[in-house]
Formats: sequence, structure tokens, C-alpha cells
Amino acid sequence: MAMTVHLDIVSAEESIFSGKVERLIANGDLGELGVEPGHAPLLTSLNPGPIKVTLPGGEEEFFFVSGGMLEVQPHVVTVLADTAVRAEDVDEAKALEAEKMAREALQDQSSEIEYSKAAAELAEAVAQLRTLRAIRKKTGK
Amino acid sequence: MSGAKEIRTKIGSIKNTQKITSAMEMVAASKMRKAQDRMAASRPYAEKIRNVIKHIAQGTPEYRHAYISERDVKRVGYIVISTDRGLCGGLNINLFKAALNDMKTWSEQDIEIDLCLIGNKATSFFRKFGGSVVAKTSNLGDTPEIEDLIGSVKVMLKAYDEKRIDRLFVVTNEFVNSMTQSPVVEQLLPLPAGQDDELKHHWDYLYEPEAKPLLDKLMVRFIESQVYQAVVENIACEQAARMVAMKAASDNAGDLIDDLELVYNKARQAAITQELSEICAGAAAV
Repeated sequence: MAMTVHLDIVSAEESIFSGKVERLIANGDLGELGVEPGHAPLLTSLNPGPIKVTLPGGEEEFFFVSGGMLEVQPHVVTVLADTAVRAEDVDEAKALEAEKMAREALQDQSSEIEYSKAAAELAEAVAQLRTLRAIRKKTGK
Repeated sequence: MSGAKEIRTKIGSIKNTQKITSAMEMVAASKMRKAQDRMAASRPYAEKIRNVIKHIAQGTPEYRHAYISERDVKRVGYIVISTDRGLCGGLNINLFKAALNDMKTWSEQDIEIDLCLIGNKATSFFRKFGGSVVAKTSNLGDTPEIEDLIGSVKVMLKAYDEKRIDRLFVVTNEFVNSMTQSPVVEQLLPLPAGQDDELKHHWDYLYEPEAKPLLDKLMVRFIESQVYQAVVENIACEQAARMVAMKAASDNAGDLIDDLELVYNKARQAAITQELSEICAGAAAV
């Protein structure tokens, strides 16, 4: 039987794969690379692309990652996969959006104020009704 | 019989409310279970990343990352994670109280605070309370994705990189069990000094391309996954708190119905007694 190494593919949201594999081929930052059992400890970042995994018995499986990190240790290989598409400018755009949301949330007070005004008016009307009812009961009408 | 009829309608409306609250309780219970599963699913990633960071930190002692080293505090940042919706008991209020308590210790030292808010409830709270809000995310739903959080986290990390803030905290609810959730304030940056573990590594990675950019990338991912995990945990807390609150509401509605039923029966009997005595009196008069 061929040698195998334990592989974990995990993303921040879930565990994608865990099990023994004979070989894996990933799309590294500096080009494609293959990892077989007994590979030297290695840490590299991954580019978006498929990860080809050869299971014991020769069956092949593919996983898509939109980037991440590949870590090779003597007995375990770990892929820390990104699920979101990451690029400096995309991140930047998202950051700007979050800032914009914060500014808008602070400026957009009109709806909240209108709501609290309406709520105050409603409370007053209810109080008036209650008083009227109490008076009516007292006078017995 | 008009009094009795009024009571009947009141009982009817309370029964309707009870139906709604007990339905919400059941929905919250099943959502809580799913949220707990997600909590468990996101844990391995954070653990793996933490291990790798530890490796690198031990392997390349000459490079101290900014996220690891302490510096003087002039301004601090808080990421406050709240729920999007209400009807979950005192969950959010307790969280805000804990956050404000913690912030007070900084403002007493004349240290200013920047806020990053996640969830609608935090937004409306700090809008009324005041505070410098630099980033905001809301409407994450029951299945948040890390993509939704990248922006807000990036704002805070950038502020840290540019030394506009010197510490970063996250305020969230910790899921103790389905009955107990407790607000916690955790320090994200700089990373609390690692507990020196006994095993020292005598080997080092091959780095492609280099240790430094890899470490930078890992640190960002690590912080993001920490925030993501806090968000997922907070959702589990939200559902658990809602379940408890709705159970209490259903029970109270049941008590109310029992009381009203008693009053109703009394009123009914009084009416019958009155009618009987009227008939008797009428018969006696004839």
C-alpha cells in the first residue's frame, strides 16, 4: 500500500476535508506544487485555484479554494482556505463600505426620531384614553 | 353577561399571543442547535492558524510582528457584536453594560475610544448613547459569512497599523450553555502574550515566498476568524436567550389565562345566581 499523509482542509466557516491522502497538488504563490508523504515542513500562500487530492486507491478529488495558506508538517498537511475572494483592493472597497455604513447610520437619525416621536404621541393618546375611561367609570356612565 | 364576554375575548387574545411566543420558542430552539454546529465547525480553522502563528513566532524570533508587540496606549478600539433583532431578553443590554464598564476604565485615563459595530442593536444603542463609530456592519442573518465581516475588521486593523488605535478589543456574548450567556470583553490586539509552551521546535518551515508576508497574511486571517467566531457564538447566544425569554412569556401567558378563567367562571356563576334569585323572587311575588 502506498504511503499516505493526513490532510485537513479547513475554512473559517467549516471543515471541508479531513482524511488520508497519497498526494495533493495545489496552486501556490510561486507556481504549482505537489506534496507527497515525507515532504519537508513548508509554509506557503495559495492562489485561487483547484486543489487536486489523490485518495488512497488512486481516486482523485478536487476542491476549489479562493486562496489561503498551505502548511506542511511531517505528519499532517493543512490547507487554511479562504472562502471569500481576497485582493487588497477588494478588501479596501469593503472597508470603505463599512465606514460609509457607519457614517450613514449616524446621520440617518430622521427615521428613528420620527419613530420615537410617533411612539411618544401614541403613549400620550393611550394615557388620555385611560384617564377618560377612569373618569367614566367613576361617574358611572 | 357583558363582563363575562369581555373576559372571554381577553382570554382569546392572550391565547393567540401564547401561540406566537411558543412558536418563536421552538424556532429559536432549532436555530440555536444549528448555530452551535456552526460554532463547532469554525473552531478548527482558528486553532490551526494559532498553531501556525506560534510556530513562526518561535521559528523567527528576530521578526516581531506589530500585532504581537505591546505599545503605549493613546486610543483604543472596540468591536461590539450585538444581535440584529430584539426579543431576546436582556442579552444586548447586558452586553452594552459590560462594554461601557470596560470603556469607562479607559475614558477615566483620558483615552479615547473608536467603535466598530456589528448588528443593528449596537447601532441604535450607540446612536443614542454617542461615541465615535468608525465602521458598522449589520443584517448578517442566521448564517453569517466571513465575507461580510472583512470590511469592518479591515477598518480596525488599518487603524491599528497606522497607529491610530493601540489596542483592539472585541465585546461579545460567551455561550456557556443554553441557559447562561455571559458578556465578555476580549483583547484582540496586540495578541495577549503567548503562554510559553513546553515544547520548543527545533525545526523550521521552508517559506514560500518569505516568512514576513506570510505572517502578515496569517495575522489578518487570524483576527478575522476570531471576529467571525465571536459573531457565530453571539448568534447561538441570541437564539438561546430568545428561547428562554419566549418560554417565560409562554408560561406567563398560561398563568394569565388561568387567572382570567377563574374570574370568568366567577362572573358566570354570579350571573346565574343572580338570575335564579330573580326568578325565585318573581315566583314569590306572584
